[in-house]
Amino acid sequence: MHTTNAVNGANYLTYQGKYKGLLGWIFSTDHKRIGLLYLYSIATMFATGVLLGLAMKFELLAPGKTIMDAQTYNATFTVHGVIMIFMVVVPGLPAVFGNLMMPIMIGAKDVAFPKLNLLSWWLYIAGVVLVLCALLFGSGSPDTGWTFYAPYSFKTGTNLLPAVFGAFVLGFSSILTGLNFLVTIHRLRCPGLKWTKLPLFVWTLYGTAWIQLLATPVVGITLVLVALERVFGVGVFDPALGGDPVLYQHLFWIYSHPAVYIMILPAMGAISEIIPTFSQKHIFGYKAIIASTLSIAFVGYLVWGHHMFTAGMSGTAQYYFSLLTFIVAIPSAIKVFNWISTMYKGSINIQTPFYWAVSFIFVFMVGGLSGLVLGSLATDIYVHDTAFVVAHFHYIVFGGTGFAFFAAMHYWFPKIFGRMYDKAWANIGWLVFTIGFLALYSPMFYLGMMGMPRRYYDYLEEFHGGNILSTLGSWVLVTGFIIIVVNLVRSARKGEPAEVNPWHSKTLEWTVPSPPPVLNFEKEPVLGEKDGPYNYD
Amino acid sequence: MAEHQHVHIEHPDMYDPESSKIGMWLFIFTELLLFGGLFIVYSVYRYMNPDAFHLAAEELNTFIGAFNTVILLVSSMTIAMSTTALQKGHKKVAIALVVITFIIGIGFLVNKYFEWGVKFSHGIWPGSEQMLNEMSQGEILFFGLYFVMTGLHALHIIVGLVIMGFAIRGVANGKVNAKRPSLLDNCGLYWHLVDLIWIFLFPLFYLIH
Repeated sequence: MHTTNAVNGANYLTYQGKYKGLLGWIFSTDHKRIGLLYLYSIATMFATGVLLGLAMKFELLAPGKTIMDAQTYNATFTVHGVIMIFMVVVPGLPAVFGNLMMPIMIGAKDVAFPKLNLLSWWLYIAGVVLVLCALLFGSGSPDTGWTFYAPYSFKTGTNLLPAVFGAFVLGFSSILTGLNFLVTIHRLRCPGLKWTKLPLFVWTLYGTAWIQLLATPVVGITLVLVALERVFGVGVFDPALGGDPVLYQHLFWIYSHPAVYIMILPAMGAISEIIPTFSQKHIFGYKAIIASTLSIAFVGYLVWGHHMFTAGMSGTAQYYFSLLTFIVAIPSAIKVFNWISTMYKGSINIQTPFYWAVSFIFVFMVGGLSGLVLGSLATDIYVHDTAFVVAHFHYIVFGGTGFAFFAAMHYWFPKIFGRMYDKAWANIGWLVFTIGFLALYSPMFYLGMMGMPRRYYDYLEEFHGGNILSTLGSWVLVTGFIIIVVNLVRSARKGEPAEVNPWHSKTLEWTVPSPPPVLNFEKEPVLGEKDGPYNYD
Repeated sequence: MAEHQHVHIEHPDMYDPESSKIGMWLFIFTELLLFGGLFIVYSVYRYMNPDAFHLAAEELNTFIGAFNTVILLVSSMTIAMSTTALQKGHKKVAIALVVITFIIGIGFLVNKYFEWGVKFSHGIWPGSEQMLNEMSQGEILFFGLYFVMTGLHALHIIVGLVIMGFAIRGVANGKVNAKRPSLLDNCGLYWHLVDLIWIFLFPLFYLIH
């Protein structure tokens, strides 16, 4: 694998195909352009979700009504959840960095079905538009929480139908992306790139794609049933007609728990690329990480019941789900040990992506260990539906996936845009963001333990102190976010031209020019016996 | 330089029959889990209301159900034969066989239309007065699921017919041929799936007593 600086012809950002201007982007089947389309659309939705989160935190600055009434608060957390889960963290890393980098990492020209890939993005946009319709038109924004629990989801007078349908369409987009990636990874690896040499980010995308493919249809049909319930009254989840609302919860979590692993697995994959690169050392326990990825994907299917310990379930089922929940924590811990061991005796190059990766490990551990508190039966009864749960899943979903997303962004940025960002500002952005994050969510662990319930716009006087700190944290976090975005946007246009391989990484995407040419490789790469994604010496 | 970076470069010819086949199989897995969710719902409610499900199933016409099963099985055979015909280069035979499959699919929908029509004329549809006032909860659930599951299956039949339309056009204009058979192959795979799901729906609603 030798590197070349030769830039021949236009790269994927500048070339002109059949259409000009914006049309050349939204009708492009180039995986890199589609990746950027996802990046911009997901970033927009993330900013929207952040604003809603900010509004909720502002409401909780003081007891009683601060800026909104109870109904508005209910709608705000519902929409915040729907946007963040279905439009940001689930597609997040796979749709953005999977599209941008995965085909190059396996030495392919594109994904297996480029047109299907474009269709996935269009479905994503259609889903977004549908959900926005639910917000803007009709009889008020949905107020059920992002889980659309029955029977309230077909009793509420708010405009829920477009939101449910939008979530269904977003699921379909996710399924098609997963299908595309599975076929791509099976069929389009370059000669010499055996399964045992596949970069770990690609491995995690592979595990994720299976979950997308096999879990999403279950929630799809469940949402269809809710919609039919609302329109025709088929009775499937309506206790008045003999239906069972708890069955809805089962079907919902059969997808939505594996979906947590859709969110976190590619994040772990990105971290598994970044840590060896900035340690200049072979990843520790390559095969153990693969095995843990696949076992997370598998066992993750069988733990959905831990969302429903208080919903009414037999004791036997509770023991079973609790035990499996503890078991699924093991492969995650294996990964953490592997990352730490990779750093041991490495020549560590401290750069922005490395800061993000290390802080990812920290917040992921806090999130993961607090998850065990919720996974054990006795303690779950105590903290169920409190701020503790909110803190736990924000540490995992926002701290885990979000930090990994920023890590990946700062890692692949020079490759994507061909320019380097301002490293000093990037570090400042990371620091401010991290301080804000810790201040925002850590008090919620305490508040939850003290008994503050989630999803109320009001609280008792005794919770005031912790909530002030949390709200202040939200402001610091947003300040950090603005610094990061401004720095990246400015650098994408005006930054210093980036080298082919600024971090001295060994994976294939760093052998092509920055930004990559239209068809990625001048000629198909071939991996020799001694080449590998982490062979640093 | 940008001159030779034109249209065709964005669509490198990546035709790979193996990829298409894997892609279709993966899509079939997704479909199976989509219906899987409904089968779970069905089993749970059947377990909770065994008598009502038995009673409600008596309402269904086993003859039409069995007839539809038989013609769908025949259609699976004809579409499989058309794939083979195409492999052997018999273009016209292949087209004729897909057309036969298409007609059988339409026939299935016509039967379904009359079947549902009879239910409607008896006042049975989700949320109808008759159901809410005279039926037990178990019967309401049975018919709710009956309409949802057979309706979703009928939707799949329609999708299958649309794909067949494309396959017929492809074979006719030569874009789908013995060397590039993927569209017809995948059309066949999809049709088998639609058939397979019916094979499960038929006994669940019409036969088990």
